[in-house]
Amino acid sequence: MAEMTYRDAVARGIAQEMERDPSVVLVGEDVGSAGGVFKATVGVFDRFGPDRVVDTPISEQAILGAAMGAAMTGLRPIAEIMFSDFFAVCWDIVANEIAKTRYMTNGQVSLPLVIRSANGGGARFGAQHSQSVENWAMAIPGLKVVAPSTPRDVVGLLAAAVRDPDPVLFFEQKSLYPAKGDVPEGEIVDELGTAVVRRHGKDATVVALAAMVPRALEAADRLAGEGVEVTVIDLRSLVPLDVTTVATSVTETGHLVTVEENPRLCGWGAEVASIVAEERLFDLDGPIVRVTTPHVPLPAADALEDAAMPTVARIVEGVRRSLQ
Amino acid sequence: MTELQDQRGRGGPASAARGIGTAPVGAAPIEVRTSIYKMMVEMRDFEKRAYDLFLQGLVKGTSHLGLGQEAVAAGFAAAMRPSDYTFATYRGHNHTLARGAPMAAVMAELMGRQAGLMAGKGGSMHLTSVAHRMMGSYAIVGAHLTIANGAAWSAKLRGTGEVAVCFFGDGTTNIGAFHEALNLAAIWKLPVVFVCENNRWMEYTPISSVTAVAHPAADRARSYGLDPVLVDGNDADATYAAASVALERARAGAGPTLVEAETYRHGGHSRADPGKYRPEAEVQAWLARDPIPLYRARLAESGVDESVLRRIEEAAQSAVDAASAEAAASPPPDFSLVEADVWADGGSSWRR
Repeated sequence: MAEMTYRDAVARGIAQEMERDPSVVLVGEDVGSAGGVFKATVGVFDRFGPDRVVDTPISEQAILGAAMGAAMTGLRPIAEIMFSDFFAVCWDIVANEIAKTRYMTNGQVSLPLVIRSANGGGARFGAQHSQSVENWAMAIPGLKVVAPSTPRDVVGLLAAAVRDPDPVLFFEQKSLYPAKGDVPEGEIVDELGTAVVRRHGKDATVVALAAMVPRALEAADRLAGEGVEVTVIDLRSLVPLDVTTVATSVTETGHLVTVEENPRLCGWGAEVASIVAEERLFDLDGPIVRVTTPHVPLPAADALEDAAMPTVARIVEGVRRSLQ
Repeated sequence: MTELQDQRGRGGPASAARGIGTAPVGAAPIEVRTSIYKMMVEMRDFEKRAYDLFLQGLVKGTSHLGLGQEAVAAGFAAAMRPSDYTFATYRGHNHTLARGAPMAAVMAELMGRQAGLMAGKGGSMHLTSVAHRMMGSYAIVGAHLTIANGAAWSAKLRGTGEVAVCFFGDGTTNIGAFHEALNLAAIWKLPVVFVCENNRWMEYTPISSVTAVAHPAADRARSYGLDPVLVDGNDADATYAAASVALERARAGAGPTLVEAETYRHGGHSRADPGKYRPEAEVQAWLARDPIPLYRARLAESGVDESVLRRIEEAAQSAVDAASAEAAASPPPDFSLVEADVWADGGSSWRR
């Protein structure tokens, strides 16, 4: 077991898969000798060379089109979109082409590809480099959507994404890049669509994703001091969505709180809340509470950004509201 | 214009093409040229029938016909190897047939039947037959140039010698993806051939009125370090020759080619468009240069017997009749297909 940053885990996960399968290639802006603008692909170019680790111009449509065309003809590309905000300039390739091609062709075309992207706030980058867009992806049939919260899960879920026969959008939360965690030696391969219970408590179920997981755990610590025992579920994957783990926990606790970094409207928590309301209404002993970023673009100033994103205090308050 | 590598007949498309009877430089063997004629006649008959079936309410939705543009699809398909990839647009019936996709399956797809090429799940604008290396028809303008690059990149990395050929219209040359794709193909030296079918009309607007240069594709080639290539798109010998050069260049590792084929669509942009905005004299001038009678006359002058040509024409009619009957006899797709094949496991489940 070695301690490793989330950032280094990305490079390790990529290398693990490129070592195993010669059809895996990495493509994107500055992913090669520069090692990525977030230094998340350091060492991959030196190890696998310029044929398999390819720098591109600032051409997001060309990057994702290349990944798609390569995936339909025998490669398993990992493409990088530097900031997830940039999906807005290549969303045609993602939403119209990659997501729909298997369906439209009656299953003739497979697209085993991964699109990695730095997602989310906390870096004071302002409204065009800080968005949480996983709910954009979740809304499109044909895309799998993954967002790890720990270095270990980065390796395991990235491996699962690369080996998956369907397109996967892999959101790396950029404020987590320096975060450290234990990562076992050897090959790690996870399973998509499996949530993990990070902490078990009988009083309320808190469901969180990516950077919101450590905050939810901190809120759980604080609530424990008040005698409130909270279950914290790390969703890890929005599509497939592990409804079973969430619903089972809600049946036990009777309370559901979602913690979402995305702006309020149509965030992933709304889908989770609606499923629980539809399928476990009579197990609920209080209102479902969603803690989200308000429905605003993210401001740049540190004080404002911190105030906008869900804080530990707001999560604590959300659990209390659900328990009232 | 002197810089243009002009592969058109002398005087360009406004005048009559190359003199009838003179086999052009780089022309294919006569059996290949006969097969090109067969392809063109089949395409023409197929699309005319598809239009009739629209009028009868048997073909639904929209459709974009390539009537008048057959020499591009046929000339290129004849020059391609079976392992090469085709990427086409929503105006892709001809390109799909040209790669050998069964006519009945294409017609059934247009009619929304179970026997359709994609069992009715894609429709006219998304014809795909991977078995024939017809890697899709794409309905968002420009996207598939970037995807063709990916297939070419993959072919290059895998060392297969395959080439990706990507067809698109003149309107595509003004969208960002065109420029992103051309640049990437050039810097990566990809085995890809981009073929602009310049039919002069971007939907309902003359391309010349919305484009900063006279030749929307060829005049942009230099921007990407490529030689401009302009070809008479109504002359199947010329498209075959241009295709052969570009494919050979791609296979030799010399990188992409951007071909502009000047042609004309005989009808409107789509089913809903009678195309009345076009000057009648222009339409008549291009109808007089219809690629199919032109090629027929040239083959006859080259010594192909009239009976051979007539057999091709009769066989095409019979094939279209049979394909239409087969498509019409197919039931609608099974409702289970609605939720099938979102994922590789065959289903559409998003939860567990």
